[in-house]
Amino acid sequence: MKTRRALPFLPVLTLIVMLGPVLAGLLGTVLPAFGHLPAAGLTGPTLAPFEALFAWVGLLRAVWLSVAVGVVTTVFALALVALITAGWSGTWVYRILERALSPLLSVPHAAAAFGFAFLISPSGWVSRAVSPALTGWDRPPDLLIVQDAWGMSMMAGLIIKEVPFLMLIMMASLGQIDTKRSAAIFQALGYGRVTGWLKTIFPLVYAQIRLPVYVVLAYGMSVVDVAVILGPNTPPTLSVQIVKWMSDPDLAMRLQAAAAALLQLSLVLGVLMFWRVGERVVGQLGAMWIATGSLGKSDTIVRVSALGAGVLGALMIALGLASLAVWSVAGYWGFPDFLPDQFTMRNWDRHAVGTMSALGETAIIALTVVLVALALTVGCLEAEYRYDLRVSSRGMWLLYLPLLVPQTAFLPGLQTLMLTVGADVGRAPVMFAHLVFVFPYVFLALADPFRAWDSRIGTIAAALGARPDRILWQVRLPMLLGPILTAVAVGIAVSVGQYLPTLLIGGGRIETLTTEAVALASAGDRRAIGVYGLMQTAAALIPFALALAVPAIIWRKRRGLRHG
Amino acid sequence: MDKGLSLQSVEITKDGARLLSLSEDIAPGEVLTIMGPSGVGKSTLLAFVTGTLGPDFEATGRVMLDGHDITHAPPYARRVGILFQDDLLFPHFSVGANLAFGLRPGGTKVQRLAKIEAALAEVGLAGFADRDPATLSGGQKARVALMRMLLSEPCALLLDEPFSRLDATLRSQVRELVFSHAKARSLPVLLVTHDAEDAAAAHGKIVSLLPI
Repeated sequence: MKTRRALPFLPVLTLIVMLGPVLAGLLGTVLPAFGHLPAAGLTGPTLAPFEALFAWVGLLRAVWLSVAVGVVTTVFALALVALITAGWSGTWVYRILERALSPLLSVPHAAAAFGFAFLISPSGWVSRAVSPALTGWDRPPDLLIVQDAWGMSMMAGLIIKEVPFLMLIMMASLGQIDTKRSAAIFQALGYGRVTGWLKTIFPLVYAQIRLPVYVVLAYGMSVVDVAVILGPNTPPTLSVQIVKWMSDPDLAMRLQAAAAALLQLSLVLGVLMFWRVGERVVGQLGAMWIATGSLGKSDTIVRVSALGAGVLGALMIALGLASLAVWSVAGYWGFPDFLPDQFTMRNWDRHAVGTMSALGETAIIALTVVLVALALTVGCLEAEYRYDLRVSSRGMWLLYLPLLVPQTAFLPGLQTLMLTVGADVGRAPVMFAHLVFVFPYVFLALADPFRAWDSRIGTIAAALGARPDRILWQVRLPMLLGPILTAVAVGIAVSVGQYLPTLLIGGGRIETLTTEAVALASAGDRRAIGVYGLMQTAAALIPFALALAVPAIIWRKRRGLRHG
Repeated sequence: MDKGLSLQSVEITKDGARLLSLSEDIAPGEVLTIMGPSGVGKSTLLAFVTGTLGPDFEATGRVMLDGHDITHAPPYARRVGILFQDDLLFPHFSVGANLAFGLRPGGTKVQRLAKIEAALAEVGLAGFADRDPATLSGGQKARVALMRMLLSEPCALLLDEPFSRLDATLRSQVRELVFSHAKARSLPVLLVTHDAEDAAAAHGKIVSLLPI
């Protein structure tokens, strides 16, 4: 009976748990940004932190990098996903892409970035493959490819990682639009696949995927781990610089970091507004393009090159992981040899203690956070079902809010706030911080299958005398075992990949596979990076494999559930 | 009238527009057939009787079952059984577990198993308890769904086009089976259908709903 009274309030509780840290963090950013940090004996208000920030020589370049990386990454990834979908949806090619998505998606950003760096660096696999035969190089050329000053390798690395994400969102939204009939109509009117799709279906799809696109944009502008690995150093992106200032032993540097965090927030808000204006402009141009009635003569070239680019991206992720694997077992490996002279387990032995303790920490945090996120998700969805609560589009905005507010804008503030009130950094606060980012993904993964459950089954069960709790536990949840485990796997992958919350809220004392791997970036020990990167990937990927295997085993004698 | 299912001045509106209004008594063992084209609110009426009406709808009037007012009772306490056009067997349970889910509490484990086995035997499915429902034929599934509902010992039976997915020969068989079991247990039956043959086979009063 207790749960029955608590359930209607669960959505509100969830909102507090999710948005509380974001709001508290923003508050904790505003105060020190204006010079107020009692923990360091400083009281404001003063504009000194902003003056110090604007006096930093690297500022303009750092700001420009953040904006460019975010916008370029999003435009390219969105265009690629739109063109691939326009050219191939409904074909067997598209179904193969659909299968490849989950594993690509679950590869943590840091591991993908390391793998990408291992491929394209002057001594990387690509260079080794063509040397010395094509290039004549017998030593790695002295080129700054990775961490180039323009951030191009960082953009490329982000694009190949964001394409699978936007692809998944795109596929999910296609299911809600009657695309087959539209396609039949525009093809009957003589339009090519790509042109017809872009003119008739894309506007509908875009309206549905707008929020996830904003997430990609905000993420690209403020990501830290990928920027540390692939991004420029002199100066780095604004977000990386914020983290550097936050870890400065001089507490006064936190004021400057807070001011920069506010700048980062306003940058993201500004670019998002700019993007919205851009949507209108593109819409107008699109209307003019539609009015010209052009049917699309070069459609075939467009769809083939889009697919080629997409497949190349997927291949880069896969080959990058393979490169991590080879480095992790490499003995002596001279340039330009394609493979090492010897293979050895020594690297794994050397890091066994470190990886095992980091794996343990990663698993404890991920499992706890995901179980809480799952309980909140099921509670919210069941409350919605029992009490006919509807999630408005404003509710969806709230769900996406923690993903839209840049991590570097509120996590430093949250850490400072915790310092001010004397709360200890450590595992529990890290879990709370992870929950903020894990919950939205778990909710998004489970909401559609949960709502799509045939409610007549619930009516039948109730007519058979079953109370709501019994229907939930004995009928609905078991029937949704597959989607639930998938949501759990998504949540684990998100938690495993978290870098900044673990670093900042853990006060540098919580060592997960991700924080350890990213910490290795500056040292450049490729064998260690290979070991940690692979462990990190496995920690995210194995849950996905289990999410597929477990329902297949449990329901092996229940044909009705095997493909649901 | 005490026994039976009675709909007293039931009126259902959606967004302020009247969908249907109805006042009917169904005696034990009798069938009331509601006919009408799709979209006229037949299934909505059944949802009102089972207590699962959606938030878009508003309903006035009373539902009396064997003398009790069940208008505001929770769905699980109404003792109103329902069959849909799909069998809707729980796909994660065996055939036997499907029947056990609805079987009214009470009795020892052995007695309960015996009841389930007897129910299966009654419809020619003896020994099917361990089967996966997905491996059954359409007619077999319909029979399991019927027995699952009857084992919960309902006091009234609602049928939402329950035969429309079955082919012609199976259809009349299953229909006879359902009606004869309902009659044997003296259940009042409320049937909604758009099929004239179903309505004729019911041998009861027919009410035609027209779009308003």
